[in-house]
Amino acid sequence: MLPVGELKKGTTLILDNEPYVVTTFDFVKPGKGQAMYRTKLRNLVTGAIVERTFRSGESFEPTRLDQHNAQYLYHDGDHYTFMDNDSFEQFTLGEEALGDATKYLIDNLPVEILFFRDKPIGVNIPNFLTLRVVKCEAWAKGDTSSSDSKPATLETGAAVRVPPFINEGDLIQIDTRTGTYLSRVKE
Amino acid sequence: MEANWRLASRQKALWKRAAILQAVRAFFVERGYLEVETPQRIPAPAPESYIDAIPADGWFLHTSPELCMKRLLASGYERLFQICHCWRAGERGSLHIPEFSILEWYRSGTDYHSLMHECEALLPYVARAIGLPNPFYYRARPVDLASPWEKISVREAFWRYARVSPEEALERDAFDALMVSEIEPHLGVGRPTFLLDYPVQRGALARPKPDDPSLAERFELYIAGLELANAFSELTDVEEQRARFTREETYRRSLGRQPYPTAHKFLDELSNMPPSAGIALGVDRLVMLFTDAATIDEVVAFTPEDL
Repeated sequence: MLPVGELKKGTTLILDNEPYVVTTFDFVKPGKGQAMYRTKLRNLVTGAIVERTFRSGESFEPTRLDQHNAQYLYHDGDHYTFMDNDSFEQFTLGEEALGDATKYLIDNLPVEILFFRDKPIGVNIPNFLTLRVVKCEAWAKGDTSSSDSKPATLETGAAVRVPPFINEGDLIQIDTRTGTYLSRVKE
Repeated sequence: MEANWRLASRQKALWKRAAILQAVRAFFVERGYLEVETPQRIPAPAPESYIDAIPADGWFLHTSPELCMKRLLASGYERLFQICHCWRAGERGSLHIPEFSILEWYRSGTDYHSLMHECEALLPYVARAIGLPNPFYYRARPVDLASPWEKISVREAFWRYARVSPEEALERDAFDALMVSEIEPHLGVGRPTFLLDYPVQRGALARPKPDDPSLAERFELYIAGLELANAFSELTDVEEQRARFTREETYRRSLGRQPYPTAHKFLDELSNMPPSAGIALGVDRLVMLFTDAATIDEVVAFTPEDL
């Protein structure tokens, strides 16, 4: 069993006989009261989001998902097509099944397709990705008001906060689990 | 290697944090409070059902300086404050960090009402000192610090927002769950809220209300959904305090939690403590509020994950 304290964003579990993935997770504790965990969970079959608060001490049945190595091919509207690397079979998944992953899909990206009872229900993308900055403001030297970070857009369309010294055209490494900047990548 | 951006990105918040701490100190010095530093490693923490101290070389890192502060009150100190680090095992979330900073202040010869007045003076004082306008915004919600702040009893809040009495919620073991999901989101909206008069079972070290002993003179301060401070009219009844410690410690042990030795010196000296009031305020959360930070990670120099 999976104790609630060990859940993280991205953990999959069975709740009321349905598979869910944790999309947000926070530890909460009212003054001098019991610890609780506030979560948002995405149903891996229907895509529906539910909000649930669990008490510390609760635990879950972990989900057994089959994983196949695959790559991202293309998208048509909000349908995204992937190819299984072994069988060359193609799968199409909707935006709701992919969640945040759509922000980081770039042609030929290696992914793992997740199967629940032989049905493709989602993908795992790499935790760390190197992507190009296509839009961000130039750094005005001496401008201390914006000295901490500034917004940038990546080649996949994802928006991230980056340090002031990042310029358009730079390659940067992103943590896709948190959507945060990690470092600049030298070319 | 590239400079550590996570550390660098907090610089503006840390400047604000330092200014906030200086203003807090100035406020209490102006009001004749003595700043003290009590030991952070102690032999016997106050037993509390849902707070776990971290063992340290046979003793424990304190979860609050409360017991030492009260021993000073009991020995004749009248106005005390302390800003220090405290440790609570396993508490990590967007508003929690296991090693955090607390501001506690204590006054003899008074009760929790005067602490509400002092909160109403302290926060605007600090906000002015760091140049914050009034009202200001926290996470896009306006906060007006002008007095008077909202006061709502725990009973009223449970009825209004959860349609149940606090007693029934306690009986159903739903008190904390309802507090988190139904009540806290409504507190401190627009202006700060004092949530006061807890069921005595949730009174910890607070004294019962003279006109209704089923309630404890305890309040929590909420601003924009953030729980900022917890205060008591201090319990000075030694036998009642001893009984509550025994009850809490028995409960802790029944849950398999780390057993604590009894805080004998505190209990022995409590009989000398004059009527007093004391409050603990989360410094990191105060900095979050005044810097519009979404998480506690943004306002500390290092999180555990950065170490």
